[in-house]
Amino acid sequence: MNGVAARAGEARGPRARLGLHGRLLAMAYALALFGLLLTGAVLLLVVLAPLVLAALGLGQFFKYQLNHGLAFDGQDARDVLALLLGLACCRFVLPAALLATRRLAMLTRRLSARWCGVPIAAAYAPAPVPAWAGSRRLGYQQRMSWLLSDVSTWRDLLWLAVNLVTGWVLLLAPVTLVGVGVIAFLVPGSVIVPGMGTASRWVPPPAFPGNTPSVLLVIGVALVALGLGTAPVALRGYGGLARLVLAPSREADLARRVEQLAQTRRETLDTGAAELRRIERDLHDGAQARLVAMGLTLDAAGRLIDTDPAAARALLYEARDASARALAELRDLVRGIHPPVLADRGLADAIRALALDSPLRVQVTGPLDGRLPAPVESAGYFAVSELLANVAKHSGAGAAAVDLRHSSGSLRIIVSDDGAGGADPSRGTGLQGVARRVAAFDGVLVVSSPAGGPTVINLEVPCELS
Amino acid sequence: MRVVIAEDLFLLRDGLIRLLEAYGFEVSAAVDNGEDFLAAVRSNRPDIAVVDVRLPPSFTDEGLRAALRARAEQPGLPILVLSQYVEQLYARELLADGAGAVGYLLKDRVLDGAQFTDAVKRVADGGTAMDPEVIARLLAHSTAAEGPLGRLSPREREVLSLMAEGRSNAAIAARLVVTERAVAKHTAAIFTKLDLQPSDDDNRRVLAVLAYLGR
Repeated sequence: MNGVAARAGEARGPRARLGLHGRLLAMAYALALFGLLLTGAVLLLVVLAPLVLAALGLGQFFKYQLNHGLAFDGQDARDVLALLLGLACCRFVLPAALLATRRLAMLTRRLSARWCGVPIAAAYAPAPVPAWAGSRRLGYQQRMSWLLSDVSTWRDLLWLAVNLVTGWVLLLAPVTLVGVGVIAFLVPGSVIVPGMGTASRWVPPPAFPGNTPSVLLVIGVALVALGLGTAPVALRGYGGLARLVLAPSREADLARRVEQLAQTRRETLDTGAAELRRIERDLHDGAQARLVAMGLTLDAAGRLIDTDPAAARALLYEARDASARALAELRDLVRGIHPPVLADRGLADAIRALALDSPLRVQVTGPLDGRLPAPVESAGYFAVSELLANVAKHSGAGAAAVDLRHSSGSLRIIVSDDGAGGADPSRGTGLQGVARRVAAFDGVLVVSSPAGGPTVINLEVPCELS
Repeated sequence: MRVVIAEDLFLLRDGLIRLLEAYGFEVSAAVDNGEDFLAAVRSNRPDIAVVDVRLPPSFTDEGLRAALRARAEQPGLPILVLSQYVEQLYARELLADGAGAVGYLLKDRVLDGAQFTDAVKRVADGGTAMDPEVIARLLAHSTAAEGPLGRLSPREREVLSLMAEGRSNAAIAARLVVTERAVAKHTAAIFTKLDLQPSDDDNRRVLAVLAYLGR
């Protein structure tokens, strides 16, 4: 999903060459972005018009009043009309225009990452909760204060202006060079355009000394080559310009990060506390209770041993069985806290063991040699465990596959099945739990589960492999 | 019968020695880590090795890896692995060389001395002793088993799972409350359905168990 310019620099080293196809594509992208630029210009006009109109009306009105005293005539009525029109636009058009600006900026960010190879982060303030209970729409005042107090809104507007002033140069320069080159190439009349006779009929030859066909040919070829050569660079430059204006400031970036960290920390602490409570309860009701019962049984056996050795022996066996049950419970508990096979062998083998225990046919693939940080292994294990349990419970699938790999600084796990699909992370606490678990490590969970299947779940956690 | 023990917990090691000696085994070495275990197996050439999965210094599956190494050095060396928990994954690794003489039991089984020493003897004689929990986890979802195992009747599967635990025909008959002859008929049917050529009966039992666990 990287841009033409990025592809040139990424896969084949910084000096890799881009083919003709890629260069033509870069020009097509530039033209599309130019279309976006024009849309932006219109939007800018729509945003500015009410303000200008209102200011103009107000200014004229006061000027006229100062010059002519408190008289009311035709000139006055025109100014008041302008003022009212401006205010009406502010009331009814401005919020929509600002939101449209925001959409356009988001589209620019996305296209910049895709076409120019320059990813740009966004940092909009989250929408406030509607002040009126039961209402889903924000009130005008609330909406405007939300939009206008967000520095990103102003950043977007600035981008529209900057784009209008300088962006088009970068976008159109290569296309223009190629266009002019082609014309120069055609002008000498040596080239026959099919169906039109010689090209010189519709383009007059440029007037400068020495414009012989061969000189024009050389100039034409040079211009086309220059245009094609600079197209990816210009596109990347445009992405850079967009980032310069649209990317959030370091401060906003940090604020967003702090917000995110605070949230994941809160969730992690909550799940940690809940886990501890569960373990405490399990120990209290399970192993601890059994040990108490064993003590009582042994005590009874001690009292009976002289008078009724047979009964004492039966009680001793009973105590032995109770100890076996306590052991089994402790074993299950340990498995739920930190599976021993995970400690022994690491994530890949632990997931293989999980696959063997699953009621489904589960295929585990992927190279994952070496160990990951213990917390990541644990999170990955329980995530896959939960996902496989989900598959078995809800999907109706007969087979599932788990692919594990570590590439470019991230652990990637893909869990897929051939079931009915329709898994929705917004419902079902299972998937949300997995997403939370992964979020604590700055990881992401992406679910693709169309109705009718198949379901593919992608999990990515940045971490080191050792 | 000479035994080498590798177990890092002193109390359990001591208990194992006493238990085995009480049942007439000779404990030729008792060590507490993987390295010493390998050395002891090399010098003592025991009839069976009893190994704990988790051993120092790594406190991971050191014991299992040492056992597999010892097995590679002395093919067919009977090995009984003890563990606080069982994994099908480990059971498969132990059985992978197809030679039998392998046991994999929960430590809890030590509590029943007679049964435990029975298992030790069976493994030393070239049989298998899989923990009922391994079998149970296997059975929990083997109803849709594919391949030759799918051809077995429910009763035959039951017999096969008891065989995997390492029980003799007599013991299986007692457990299922049928005659020994009935069990012999079931085992013969299992061997036929799994395409195991008539040969030494013990070997066929091991192969049948392998087919079962290697699903």
